[in-house]
Formats: sequence, C-alpha cells, structure tokens
Amino acid sequence: MAKQLLKLKVNGRDFEVAVEPYHTLAQVLRNELNLTGTKVGCDMGTCGCCTVHIDGKAKLSCLTLALECQGTSVHTIESLNEYQMHPLQKAFAECGGSQCGYCTPGFIMKSAELLAKNPDPTREEIKAALAGNLCRCTGFMKIYDAVEQAASELRQKTSDKPFPVRS
Amino acid sequence: MPIVSGSGQTRNNHQLNKGVWTESGAPAEAPFNVIGKRVPLKDAYRKVTGEGVYADDMKFPGMLHCRILRATTPHAKIISIDTSRAEALPGVRAVVTGRDAENRFGVLPVSQDEVAMARDKVIYNGEPVAAVAADTEEIAAEAIWLIDVKYEPLQEFLKPRDSLKEVAPELQLHEKVEKKHPNTNIHKAVDQEFGDVEAAFKEAGAIVSAEFKFDGISHGFTEPHAVIAHWDADDRLQLYTPQQVPHYTHRALAKVLELPMHQIQVIRTMVGGGFGGKSDPFQHEMIAALLSMRTRRPVKVTMDREETFLTGRGRHPTEGKLAMAFSKDGKLLALDSDVIIDGGAYGSFGVVSAYYNGVLSNGPYRIPAFRYHGKRIYSNRIPSGAMRGHGSVNPRYCTETLVDMAAVELGIDPCELRMRNFLESNTLTPFHKFRITSNGIREGLAEAMKRSDWKNKWGKLPYGHGIGVGCAWYISGSALPIHWNKLPQSTVHLKIDLDGGIAVHSLAADIGQGSDTVLAQCVAEVLGVDMDRIHVKSTTTDTAPIDLGSYSSRVTFMAGNAARAAAEEIRHKLADAAARLTGQRGEYFDFVNEELVCRSKPDVRVGFMEALHEAQADVGALIASGSYQSPPLGSTFKGSNAGLSPSYSFSAFICELKVDLETGFVQPLKVWAAHDCGKALNPLSVEGQIEGSVHMGLGQALTEQLRYRNGQLLNANFLDYKIPTPFDTPEIEVIIVESHDPEGPFGAKECGEGALAPVIPAIGNAIYDAVGVRMFEVPMTPDRILKAIEKKQREGK
Ligand code: FES
Ligand code: FES
Repeated sequence: MAKQLLKLKVNGRDFEVAVEPYHTLAQVLRNELNLTGTKVGCDMGTCGCCTVHIDGKAKLSCLTLALECQGTSVHTIESLNEYQMHPLQKAFAECGGSQCGYCTPGFIMKSAELLAKNPDPTREEIKAALAGNLCRCTGFMKIYDAVEQAASELRQKTSDKPFPVRS
Repeated sequence: MPIVSGSGQTRNNHQLNKGVWTESGAPAEAPFNVIGKRVPLKDAYRKVTGEGVYADDMKFPGMLHCRILRATTPHAKIISIDTSRAEALPGVRAVVTGRDAENRFGVLPVSQDEVAMARDKVIYNGEPVAAVAADTEEIAAEAIWLIDVKYEPLQEFLKPRDSLKEVAPELQLHEKVEKKHPNTNIHKAVDQEFGDVEAAFKEAGAIVSAEFKFDGISHGFTEPHAVIAHWDADDRLQLYTPQQVPHYTHRALAKVLELPMHQIQVIRTMVGGGFGGKSDPFQHEMIAALLSMRTRRPVKVTMDREETFLTGRGRHPTEGKLAMAFSKDGKLLALDSDVIIDGGAYGSFGVVSAYYNGVLSNGPYRIPAFRYHGKRIYSNRIPSGAMRGHGSVNPRYCTETLVDMAAVELGIDPCELRMRNFLESNTLTPFHKFRITSNGIREGLAEAMKRSDWKNKWGKLPYGHGIGVGCAWYISGSALPIHWNKLPQSTVHLKIDLDGGIAVHSLAADIGQGSDTVLAQCVAEVLGVDMDRIHVKSTTTDTAPIDLGSYSSRVTFMAGNAARAAAEEIRHKLADAAARLTGQRGEYFDFVNEELVCRSKPDVRVGFMEALHEAQADVGALIASGSYQSPPLGSTFKGSNAGLSPSYSFSAFICELKVDLETGFVQPLKVWAAHDCGKALNPLSVEGQIEGSVHMGLGQALTEQLRYRNGQLLNANFLDYKIPTPFDTPEIEVIIVESHDPEGPFGAKECGEGALAPVIPAIGNAIYDAVGVRMFEVPMTPDRILKAIEKKQREGK
C-alpha cells in the first residue's frame, strides 16, 4: 500500500504528512509529529491514555486511523500549555492527580472535554466522563479532586479569558 | 499519638525549631519547614504537560526497531531455528536468537535461570525465542514471522501439584531445583516450625481452618515495557529503560554481555508505573543490547500490551491450607500454614516470595506457635515475581479470614479480637525476632471503627449489606540486600555550587511514587531551603551512587536516611561558615526559610547564599555523601534473614459494601483505610499511595485474574483483565496514623505497599457480614459468590 497525504491541523498548526493507510492517529502524532505527550497504553481502546480532541471531541487516537482525520483539527495535551499552564494541568499536579503520569494526558484531555460541556460537574458526572480512562496509580480520588479544583478555577476565569476546548 | 486526617490537615508553620535536634542541629521532630507539607511531585508538571520522557517517547538518529518472536507453546524442545528468510528481508539489520547469549541471569544471585532468549527449550507460552532489528517496526514485525522454529512438545506443567512430582531430568524446567526435593520442579521449599504447634491446637478453645485459592494477577501498569539500547561510538552501552532497579539491570547486563560494569550506563527513563513489575532485569533489555552491539545502532523495543502481560512477574497463583488456634478468651495460640505458590517459568524473586508467604504472617498479631510449609514451584505458565505487597498479600487474606471466622465462633467482635492480639510497639516477634519499633495499629483500627460507625453496623446491617475489617503490616525495606556485600543499601551524594542549586544524586528510582520528591524534602528540611533549589538526579548509573532501587518499600526509609545524612554534612559546613561570618562560634544555627538563624540570638542571621559562598571559599563546590545501612537484626537460624526490616508499617482497613443477591455482584460503598506510616513526610503522596493500594487491592479482591487455557494466557489485555473503573471504586477515606519511627527519616516508615493487603480480607469479611458466606477463592467474582450463596442455602435446608 502506498502512503497517502494527510492534511490536518494539529494544535493550531497546519501539517501535511504522508502516512500509511493503516497508521493510527496516535502513531502519526507520536512518530511523525513528535508529539509524544499523547501516550499509548494498550493500542486497543481500553485505557484512554491516547485521548486527544478531534474537532473538539475527545477521541481515542489509537482507535482512529490517521486518514480519518483528513481536514480535521486535532488538539493534544501539548496544546493546553501554551503561554500558560491550563488549570487542569495545574490542578492535576497540585492535587496529586498524577503519579506515574502515564495516564495523565489522557485524563486531562478527557476532563477538558467534560469541563467545556459542563463547567460545574458533580462527582458522579466526573466519574461518568472518566469511566473509560484507566489509572493504575491513584485510585482516582485525587483525579476527581483535580477536576473539581480546575472546574472552579475555570468558572472564575470565564469572565476574562476562558480556556475553551479549541477546535 | 497524633492522627492526621485524610484531608491532610497538618500543623506546620514556619517557625524556629524548638524541638529535638540531631547532632548537626537539624530538626528531628516537628515543627518542620517542608516535612509534613502537601508537596506536589517534583516531576508533576512535566507529567501533566506531556513533557515527561518515557522510553517509547525517545528517538535517536539511525534508530532501529525490534520485535521479539515468542514461543507459541508452553513446553517444548527447540529442534531448530531458521532465521535465513528473516535475514533476507530488505530492511532487516540483525536477527538474534538464544545462541547469541549464553550467560544466565536473574534478579537473585541464587536463581540465575533466565536467558536472553530460549536456547534448547521453551518453558512458557510467550517466552522470547528470537528477535529482529529492522529499519521500521513494520519490517521487524513482518520479519519475525519469517523465522521458522521447529518444536518438539514436552509434557506440560500447568497445575501446581504436577510440579511437586518426581520427573525425569529432561522434564525438569530448570537444572537447579530445591535440594530437599531433587528431580522435581520445586524451586524452593521453606519449612519452619517454632513453639509447640501441636499442643496449641490441642488446648485451643477454637480452631479455624480452611483451604484457599488465589488466581495470579498482573501489575497492570499503564506504560507497556519499552527499552532503548545504544552501543555508542565509544564502545559503551547506553541503556534507556523504565527500571525500578537500574542497579540490578546494570549487573545483569554486565554478566550477559560479558562487559565490565563501567562500560555500561543504565539510564532510567520516566517509569509509567511499576508495582514490582519493572524490578527484574529483563530479557528485552538484554535483547536490545545484543542487537545494538551487533549493529552499532540504537535499538528500540516497545512491547504491545499482550507482550507486557506475557512478560509477567505478577503475584503468584497460590493454594494453601491454613489453620489457627485461639484460646476461649480470644488469644491467638498458633498458626499452621501449608502453601504452594506457582512461580511460573523463572526464579525471579521467588526464593524471597517462598519465605515471605510464611514469615510475613508473624504480624500484626503475636503468634506464639508457628508452622509453615511453603513450596514455590516452577511451571509452564508466565513467570511470577514481586508485586506490590510482595509475598504478604495472599497469606494475609487467609489469616484475616480465619481471624474473622474465629471471632464468629468465639462470639467476639472481630475488631475486638484483633485488638487482643496485636503486637505491641517496641517489641520483638517471638521466633524471627522481627523488631517492631513504632506501631500505631491500635489507634488506626480504633479510628477506622469510629469513622465507619462499626459498632452500629457490624452484624446489624440488612441482608446483602455488610461491613468487614482487615489488618496488615509490611516491611520498610528488606534489611538484607539481595547481593551480599559490604556496601551501604543506599547512598546519596549532594553537590552545591555557587549558583545555590542543590543536586541530589541517587539511584533510587522514581516510579511515580514520589521518591525524588521525598529525597528533595529530606534535603530541603535539613538545609532550611525552598524545594525549588533541589534538583534530584536519579536516573543515570554514571553519576548516581548505588541504591538498591524501588522495591520492598525501601526508598523513603533507606534513601531518605541517606539523603538526610548527606544534607547534615553540608549543614555542618554552612553552620561553620555562618559562625565565621557572625563571630558566633560554637553556636547552633537553625536553618529556616533560606536563612541561618543563631539559636540563642535570633536576630543574628545569615542568608543561605551568603553562608554558602563563605563555605565555598578555597574548596569550590560543597559535596557530601550520606549512606544508609540497616542495623544488625533478627535471629540466627537458617533463613532467618527473610522478612527482616528496620521498621514495619501497620494498617487497619474497614470496608462497607453491598452484594446483589441476584447477580452476585459486589458494590463496595466505602473504604476507611488507616495506615501507620510513621511520619507522613508528604501527606499528599501518602494518601495517593494508600488510595492507589486500595484500588489495586479492590481489583485483586473482585475482578482481576490471569486466566489460562492449555498454558496460554487468555486475557492479556485490559478488556478481559478487569481493573476497577471509576464506577467500581468506592470513596476511600484515608486515615494517616503517625507513630514516629525512631530510625526512619523524620520518623517515617513505608506506605506504598502495606496498604494493599488489608483491602482484600476487609472485602471478604464484609461479604460474610452481608450474605453469610465465606469466600475461599480470590478474586471473589459474582459467579463464585452466587455459588457460595447457593451452596449455603442448599446446606441450610
Ligand atoms: S492506547 Fe488508546 S485506549 Fe489505550
Ligand atoms: S498516574 Fe500512573 S496510571 Fe495514572
């Protein structure tokens, strides 16, 4: 099979990459674009480590073929740390929501989607949103704390410059 | 004894130390500057931004990719391996097989039974047989299927009891087996008897016994195994690996590759979870090194999730028969246990596991008569090894269940029965002479009972709704190192130059548990400086002094003490400099908020940088080395070293849950987790460790099991190997008990492993309270629970 040209926006920048039709978005992000913040824990849709946003929606990049993303706008964990650290990133660090850190980018990207839709989620809503993400280290408690802390910080911020889930 | 709540309210404010000092004048007890503070992990910001570099994130110019061909049968002779077609595939740069590395290795010097790739026979389904380095991962993946391996099947050992039988020499999985049982597949047998066990059972007021069975489980760390080897232009091997114990990998590489250790540098990358599963020297590390030496190019191995499962080293599948004798008034008289643990294909940490499965039952209760027969066997299943709570978790479930059964039989509240039998503080266990220093288990259990409203719940909740208790203890590092030598178990080097940054060199591996942060805190506390000044360099064997790494819950205790000792040496120098500058000779200085404050004249102060530059006059950078070595401990009989530790943690957990009577499904409602960690150096991390342990214990209790058919692992993925999701995980209320260990750094003991074991019996005992059945098989899956309920109903009729 020949490589095909994939045009997409990643973290706001235009890219044209030649990709194999069987390459996943995770592979292209990590291997071609050097965006290694996105992690691959299982490569089969069972851990959530590879979560990124495609046109504003949280998706598993290990289950998404790169060519499916033709013309889309993708955001990865790296996009949240431009000019200043995203409140979710700060909160995950401060609340102990990240231990080994391997699951963290996935959890943060999934949480960012949640907070964009629901700025004041209950603990049950947070659990429901994160149910597809696996963390083997934290037992989840401090992850919930982090999402709640970030949510409240974001709510206070909405008046000035919000942190939207960019698309 | 203070109890710090789970919400982490500690009472530390910046004030001069008015307490107990060490010899250098550093604070030994609160008030502290940074000890006891909720400090984010040193590397947390790199992790949340995606900047942290894990092995698979690394790329090198000219890097080749490796795939490993694995055995497709559990036990077979290798008749031939033909690699010619693979070698001919364009893009393939090298192919290696077992023939390319003869020397055996293994984590324990007594069990050197692994080879880089199988040589004459394969002994488990998934064992590496050959490996390819190629320009791309796709080519490597294609190439391994072109390797033709001819096998001749051998009799398989898939049930632990088969491994006990005498066999012909060619059916011995390894040449070296237990001396007491020649011509078998018994790797290690431990037989211990102390006190008069028979008499204790004769005079007992209550005897409880049961047969237990545990499936194997896996660490389930989220980062799959990965490694990069680079045989560089200077003819040195650079190995980038997520290792819990870079030092053991360093030794094993030297042995397998026949290189002097200094020609190898092991560089620990960020570790995406370990839990014991990244603490053996590994075959893939050897394979990457061999391929890189062959090609002189960097070679990367990244496993997929299935291979990561197949690499194994999880908790041993276990079968055992245990009995306990109690007097009428609830005094524990004796413990008798007979256990077989399935070690799978290799030795790994197994000799230690064989001991731990028995001797770590000598706490948290006083056992006046003790008998243990333990056998670790080799089988054709994936290798077992060390996993969080190594060797203590399964036997702990057994004993905690038996104590609960005894409580029912004697009509004593299970918590009360436990209280009557706990070891005291400052005592020795009767036979092994395990030295208990501080022990906060009574306070912990009392607090958990209070917060859970135990008295009003136990035995009083409606059918299907129950509450249960489980207690445990664990070592804070093994007092005896694996390699017997005179070196300290931990050494830490400090270097401070005129920039005022403090470099802390250590080989203790930060695997997410926060060891870098703890070392930084220890140093910052002694020197009274901000955490930002401290830069922990704990990744490379070229610069870091030897540390035995992150296993057996040893880092806070041992490396923490070493860091503290090194910092105190620097503190002496800075205090001398401050004395010179101020003319206050012979005075103690307190180091607080980046200032050196004269203790008797608090308005005489010197800034940290000023003191530093004065101290540097004529010598340049300040350097210091601190180390830790366990004191001589224990008894003198053969095997008495196993289980020795300078200190032990204690925990008491209570779990409330509901059992769905139609489906057998268990919904845990809440866990109250009281853990005595001595002193919580960083309550945020302590809570995180305990919460993580509870979550992992919950998985083993209810859903996690490695399932096999004909020696093949059936569920080597996260879909079929079920780790609890957010919905399966109840609220966890952490109760930190601070008992202040006399020898731990600032009073600390372990907290990363001991908190796992009590979860499982707390759940089992709560299931009994809910539906009246005892679960003797773990995990307690819905089908097993339903079966037990049905059996009880049948028998009830
Ligand atoms: S790597 Fe995509 S879900 Fe696990
Ligand atoms: S922090 Fe390690 S898996 Fe979540």
